[in-house]
Amino acid sequence: MSETKVIDACNTYCPGPLMELITYMKQAEVGDVLELLSTDQGTASDVPEWVNKIGHEMVSSEKVGDVWHISVRKAK
Amino acid sequence: MPSEFHIICVSGSHEKLQMAAMIASVAAASGDKVTVFFSMNALTYFVDGHTASAPAEGEFGGMLDKKGVPPFKVLFQQAADLGDALLLPCSMAMDLLEITDENLDPGFGPATGLTKFLMDAEGGQILTF
Repeated sequence: MSETKVIDACNTYCPGPLMELITYMKQAEVGDVLELLSTDQGTASDVPEWVNKIGHEMVSSEKVGDVWHISVRKAK
Repeated sequence: MPSEFHIICVSGSHEKLQMAAMIASVAAASGDKVTVFFSMNALTYFVDGHTASAPAEGEFGGMLDKKGVPPFKVLFQQAADLGDALLLPCSMAMDLLEITDENLDPGFGPATGLTKFLMDAEGGQILTF
């Protein structure tokens, strides 16, 4: 059974949010969805680049107020 | 297609150490091969008994002490832990500082000569800070 884990990386600067995501991604199971919360503007473009390179799956990315909500599914 | 980044850290300024650490951590955690060669002033921050706080080179360096900016030492450690980056102390600098591997932060080593580093870096990108 896969689960969604929320990682709150708000108010940290590049590359803090991405490194937080990668840290939790290493511990996650294939199929798990991680939702990264970030106020760093660059994160919204950096995370999809990283996901594409590594081969995971972008689920969604949206800005709610000042916070980006970026969901990624671990694919391998 | 993974790339190879071979980073030489010489300067002891906060800005340069921060940028080197940012590149090392992101590249290593993205599957690229990363080696970081620490020499001169850059090595001293990773020696026990020395300060971990690097002085700012300019105006921006002071802003890096702001809450929420990942410390460069943490980023280098993440490069090693999450992406298998090699953190290599310069053997010449270690000789001058009169230290051994035991005096360095965990994850550092082995002591590496410049020739060996350059041989291993052949074909990859070398970035110097």
